[in-house]
Amino acid sequence: MFEGLIGQAIVTFARTLTGAHAWWRAPLDARGKRVYFANHNSHGDFVLLWSCLQAHERRRTRPVAGADYWNSNALKRFVGGRVFRAVLIDRVKREGQDPVGQMAAALNSGDSLILFPEGTRNQTDARLLPFKSGLFHLGEAVPDAELVPVWISNLNRVMPKGELIPLPLICSLQFGAPLTRIAGEDKATFLERARNALLDLDPDRNHDD
Amino acid sequence: MTIDWNSLWNNEPLRVFAVASAVLALASTIAALLRWRVAKGQPHGVIDNLIARINAWWWMVGLLGVAFLFRRDGVIVLFALVSFLALREFITLTQTRRGDHAALAVSFFIALPVQFFLVWIEWYGLWSIMIPVYAFLLLPILAALSADTTRFLERAAKVQWGLMICVFCLSHVPALVTLEIDGYSGRNLMLIAFLIIVVQGSDVLQYIFGKLFGKHLLAPRLSPSKTWEGLVGGILSATALGAALHGLTPFTMQQAAAIALVICLMGFLGGLVMSAIKRDRGVKDWGHLIEGHGGVLDRIDSLVFAAPVYFHVIRFWWT
Repeated sequence: MFEGLIGQAIVTFARTLTGAHAWWRAPLDARGKRVYFANHNSHGDFVLLWSCLQAHERRRTRPVAGADYWNSNALKRFVGGRVFRAVLIDRVKREGQDPVGQMAAALNSGDSLILFPEGTRNQTDARLLPFKSGLFHLGEAVPDAELVPVWISNLNRVMPKGELIPLPLICSLQFGAPLTRIAGEDKATFLERARNALLDLDPDRNHDD
Repeated sequence: MTIDWNSLWNNEPLRVFAVASAVLALASTIAALLRWRVAKGQPHGVIDNLIARINAWWWMVGLLGVAFLFRRDGVIVLFALVSFLALREFITLTQTRRGDHAALAVSFFIALPVQFFLVWIEWYGLWSIMIPVYAFLLLPILAALSADTTRFLERAAKVQWGLMICVFCLSHVPALVTLEIDGYSGRNLMLIAFLIIVVQGSDVLQYIFGKLFGKHLLAPRLSPSKTWEGLVGGILSATALGAALHGLTPFTMQQAAAIALVICLMGFLGGLVMSAIKRDRGVKDWGHLIEGHGGVLDRIDSLVFAAPVYFHVIRFWWT
């Protein structure tokens, strides 16, 4: 109940501040297992993506996030764990860890995931960093999952790294068609294809910065 | 309880809104007939867009009506909000860099509210120069301090342009209530009503004449829908509309016609300028806030170019 109210407040705040507008390029299977994978420039990325989903879809959608960040204090633990129900991944490599297993378990229990395959926030001038291999392994582990590319525009201008005051610019989210599955595709080819599918959604792709 | 219709009719703002509502009701009726007879209830691009536009007009007239209820304060707050939405659309479509963050934060959170506050306290000497002088000097200083020199002049110009168009020019609309005109005190809201009815009326009439008689494209590289027939028909009829409305203003009928012609031309040319920016950025509309119209800036572009000229014509010859 309380978590729901906080969640609604966050959605309203994010959408008012950013004027966010979602464009759905392709129909999706309403009840399918879904992985949204997006470009990552700002801490606000997943909140915005989450806010732009329809309420029923939002309720089952969980971000995949770094455990070190979301466990660092009580407030983050509450928001990350109870409001967003984040799937927390330990970013420090250790014996016995299975991040892909954690994500697959969430998908198989009926949840959708938000994933940033660059692995970290992109603070360079490049539009998109190379992808980490998690998306590939997740696709192998859960072959019937829909992998949906989502390009987030402008959020890095709203709140660039190191700035304190967010600008009230209008953000847009382009939801693309899910990646088709190609049997036997190797990891590098798949990741390149996924990365290009995401880049193709950028409405500004023909403008240099 | 009896209603004193005479005193209601003598309430000028109420009369204007009653007539505006009647015009919109007529437009909605015609659109409904078109949907019934021409589109036969099926989806139809032009007619559906027409209906969306008319519905948005109901909203816009309603918002203006609420603002007019609060008179001076109401229009200042309304136009400050419109200014915010317009600046947000402008900057969103403009390529700026991380080094512009401070200048943009100052534009949104200081320059914009201070401009409308200065209009509110009627400090003409400062609000008329703050953005053209002080913001013009301060914002590039902030950008320079970020030490990012890429496309520096272009970026500084874009931020200044956004403020000039969306804040400075637009603030001349509510500033009309601060003008002191002999024999016209307490009626200044009608100056705003005249401006909006004539300029927006001109847009609508150009659209109607263009749809009915438009053949010769006027500026095909800027706009696929502006035609000579629409321009001439729209501006002449809006000028006639302005002459007919001279009773709302301190102008004679000839003066009202001349002023209407000037603001319609400014509005039309402003629309061309704003189209040129959109084409350069590869978009059709500034945003998608107002269904059928596009963004806020799409709706107010002509008003933005007409308002300062209108303000200064009145200030120079009538005060």
